[in-house]
Amino acid sequence: MGEYGAKDARWISMAGMTPVILTGALFVYFCGMVPTIASGGIIRHSIPWIPSLDIALSFYIDGLSLMFSLLITGIGALVMLYSARYLAGHPQFARFALYLFSFMLSMLGLVLADNVLALFVFWELTTFTSYLLIGFSHADPKSRRNALQALLLTAAGGLALLAGFILLGFATGTYELSEINAAGSLASNPLYGPILVLVLLGAFTKSAQVPFHFWLPNAMAAPTPVSAYLHSATMVKGGIYLLARMHPSLSGTDAWIWTLTIFGGVTAVFASLMALRQTDLKQTLAYTTLMALGTLTMFLAGSSGYAITGAMAFLFVHSLYKAALFLSVGIIDHATGTREAGVLGGLAGAMPVTAAAAGLAALSMAGIPPFLGFIAKEVAYSGAVGASLWGFVVLAALAANALMFAVAGIVAFKPFFGPQGKLPHAPHEGPWPMLAGPVILGVLGLAFGILHGLAASWVIEPATNAVLGFTDSGGRVKLWAGFNLALGLSVVTFILGAILYLRHQALRDRLAAIEARGPDFDAGWDRLMAWLVVVAEWQTRLIQTGVLRQYLFATFAVTAVALALPLFWLGALQLDLAMPSVTLREGVVAALIIAGALLAATTGSRITGIAALGVVGIGVALIFIIYGAPDVAITQLLVEMLIVVLIAIAALRMPYLDPTDKGPAFRPRDAALGGVLGVLVALVMLMVTAGPIDRRLTDFFEAASWTEAFGRNIVNVILVDFRTLDTFGEIAVVIVAALGAFALLRSARRDKGEERE
Amino acid sequence: MNSIIVTAGARILVALLLVFSVFMLLRGHNLPGGGFIGGLLGATAFIVYAIACGTAEARKALRVSPEGLAMVGLGVALVAGLISALTGDPFFTGQWYWVGGDSYETAAFSINSVLVFDVGVYMVVFGGILSLILMLEEEL
Amino acid sequence: MEIVVSILIGLLFATAVYLMLARNFLRFLFGLILLSNAANLVIFAAGRMTEGAPALIPYGALTPDGEIANALPQALVLTAIVIGFGLFAFALVLAFQAYRSLGTLDSDEMRVAEPREEIAGEARE
Repeated sequence: MGEYGAKDARWISMAGMTPVILTGALFVYFCGMVPTIASGGIIRHSIPWIPSLDIALSFYIDGLSLMFSLLITGIGALVMLYSARYLAGHPQFARFALYLFSFMLSMLGLVLADNVLALFVFWELTTFTSYLLIGFSHADPKSRRNALQALLLTAAGGLALLAGFILLGFATGTYELSEINAAGSLASNPLYGPILVLVLLGAFTKSAQVPFHFWLPNAMAAPTPVSAYLHSATMVKGGIYLLARMHPSLSGTDAWIWTLTIFGGVTAVFASLMALRQTDLKQTLAYTTLMALGTLTMFLAGSSGYAITGAMAFLFVHSLYKAALFLSVGIIDHATGTREAGVLGGLAGAMPVTAAAAGLAALSMAGIPPFLGFIAKEVAYSGAVGASLWGFVVLAALAANALMFAVAGIVAFKPFFGPQGKLPHAPHEGPWPMLAGPVILGVLGLAFGILHGLAASWVIEPATNAVLGFTDSGGRVKLWAGFNLALGLSVVTFILGAILYLRHQALRDRLAAIEARGPDFDAGWDRLMAWLVVVAEWQTRLIQTGVLRQYLFATFAVTAVALALPLFWLGALQLDLAMPSVTLREGVVAALIIAGALLAATTGSRITGIAALGVVGIGVALIFIIYGAPDVAITQLLVEMLIVVLIAIAALRMPYLDPTDKGPAFRPRDAALGGVLGVLVALVMLMVTAGPIDRRLTDFFEAASWTEAFGRNIVNVILVDFRTLDTFGEIAVVIVAALGAFALLRSARRDKGEERE
Repeated sequence: MNSIIVTAGARILVALLLVFSVFMLLRGHNLPGGGFIGGLLGATAFIVYAIACGTAEARKALRVSPEGLAMVGLGVALVAGLISALTGDPFFTGQWYWVGGDSYETAAFSINSVLVFDVGVYMVVFGGILSLILMLEEEL
Repeated sequence: MEIVVSILIGLLFATAVYLMLARNFLRFLFGLILLSNAANLVIFAAGRMTEGAPALIPYGALTPDGEIANALPQALVLTAIVIGFGLFAFALVLAFQAYRSLGTLDSDEMRVAEPREEIAGEARE
């Protein structure tokens, strides 16, 4: 990324500034809703979308949606400002800005949607925009692969989620989240099990819980602002949002508690260890994000006020400091050309603002008082102590928090104050549009820590109430909660964290050795993809033979089976055959058609074939004449004539039907299929013509043709008056056929012309 | 084909067929005929001419390009449908204006959107089919 | 007569399918013409057949005089014939272009899009 965003690059552009302004305006708009929501209000807005399927584009804003909306738009505006400078001069910056803005809107839709199906659509939209953003450096194969991995994994989870939502609709009779949650717990519903599994699959893939975690570190192939925004502050929290959103209806059961606790806890501890093991600062941060997602999942397992308040406070503060840290790492990368923890050091002198911003964020992350991070940790510990599986939860939280303390030192202390290695560039301070984000977010972490009452009553408590489904007593967010177990755990955390930080070099080597022996998820994924390709090839070769006759044979055979099944198996066959009385005239026409058809099928000569087809066509026209359809008959005769002209022009310039001149070989298999299909169609037609007929439409046309449409030729009146729109479509088809032929012929002429040159 | 008889006869035949095609178009609302049949007949007339005198001559005699004629025809048909918007009726509702009276019994003749639509059909079928065949004749 | 026409339709279907399954693309086109004739007859016969009474309202009358042919299927068939012709013309052009660029009318040999050698090997690389 170092080659873009040079000092003199113009960074104020239409593409760069429009999203910033729009997103900022949205942020202000959502800020205006804070008083309403904080006082317990709810804002809804509904637009009918597919009324016949009962799908409405309904939006529902409560404390949880609002907290997410504020984070999405607030951090979004800062990240967009940052990326305008970060990617200034990049030839595809406009595209990037569009992707990022589309993502912002999708994410906003996701957290505001009330209808689960609308939520699903937005969910998938965030997946797609995320795919585009991860793969933004599309010239790099690794970037493409990682983007595809994220897409496949989260989209697969999305499909499971869709299935879960549909089951949810069956179980509750509504697709509106507000109504589903108002109906209370689904635990006694027989569909609860499948719904839980499917929804959790969606949430776990999106929020990268072990064993679906590996896409998230790989997603760091995206430009740094994307990592800060999507893969830390917003999108990956989509799964957490879903868990929180569905909390009132799905939580409280053993299955919920155990699954979330174990998956979340394992993810948290695993990710913390992996974070220590990384040397790339961005990868380190990626794993701490994973750790945060695990912790959040673990706390959402509970239903106590402390657990949920802790989760919400942690979610809020994590978005603030993690975005700030990612953005700071981006500045460091930008300024020095490297993100390696080993060489970075002593940058505080050259980059004082960055150092201060990263420092503030890191202090919040490490949970030092009076930062909001400290408060969130305290509340969470209180929640952990009261959890059902408290031993496991406390240990996991303790390990995760201690490791986070160490990581905070690695990413925000050592690069600025530690020993300096050999840097690719001489460091320099970042430009202000890039500094704005980390500084504001870092300061907010401190400000909200001191003014924690505001943070609690504006954002955290309304969100907690929304997750719990009832109004909680509140008052848990305090800087000083007295000498309690949580404070004690905090002290232990600091001591453990400090030890881990001091010994992290040695630990890293140890962890690297362990990792080398452990399962490699990424390699497993590659094997899975390779296997998928092999299966796809196998089944393609099986079905797609590339031979037209085989495709047609399969189509006709399936048609025959579809006709035969209801006739014979389901017993629909009813025949009442009276010996038809055939007049001489009819007999002649029938004989003409039979002779023509058989001759056309068996002849080896083009001229004979054309003549035989003409005989059939004229026979059919005769039927139309005899049975009162002069218009149709005239049309048929004219078209027959034109077909002969066409064939005379074209077919005679093509080779003989059978170049061997031995006459056509009889194909028994094809003849058998044709015979079977012919008999079936004849049977169906015999039944149709023997059955009753609904003449209501015809009666109407006959009665209204003259009295209402002033035409005596009913066929023509149908064409140009009663069913005009159909006719309009049909003449459009004639034009399309002519244009298609035109394009085919002209493109061939152009090709020939090029060859000549 | 360089037969003088064919060439000379084709001119007369074309004229007759064209007149007949318009006749079929106009009478179509009350008797067998209409835009489809008229258009096919009109196309046939020029195809006869093209066979007798060559496609270049036929195109010259037609003056406008058949593809263009078809496109304009589609536009005419669409306009016939849009007329109903002026009176607030649904799309493609037939509109009738009586000249010399106030109903079909007293009026001398009528101006109506239905015939306009049929003329559109005529032009589309005429132009579309003719362009297909002329193109094939020229390109192959 | 419906019985006779039903059997004729069956025959037309049978011969059309047989022709369409041939290797030569021109035969396939012949089959297509037969198939479209058969389909038109299906629509026509499904509306029942009334002999010698076109769907016209006599001059001076407000409604048809006695039983007349069913006008609805006729209108459907009329447009179907014209469209069928358009389809046929397009298919013919397609066939001719295929012949001109591939040098064959054998549909088994037309394998530009799906070559006989397995493309699998390339895909894996």
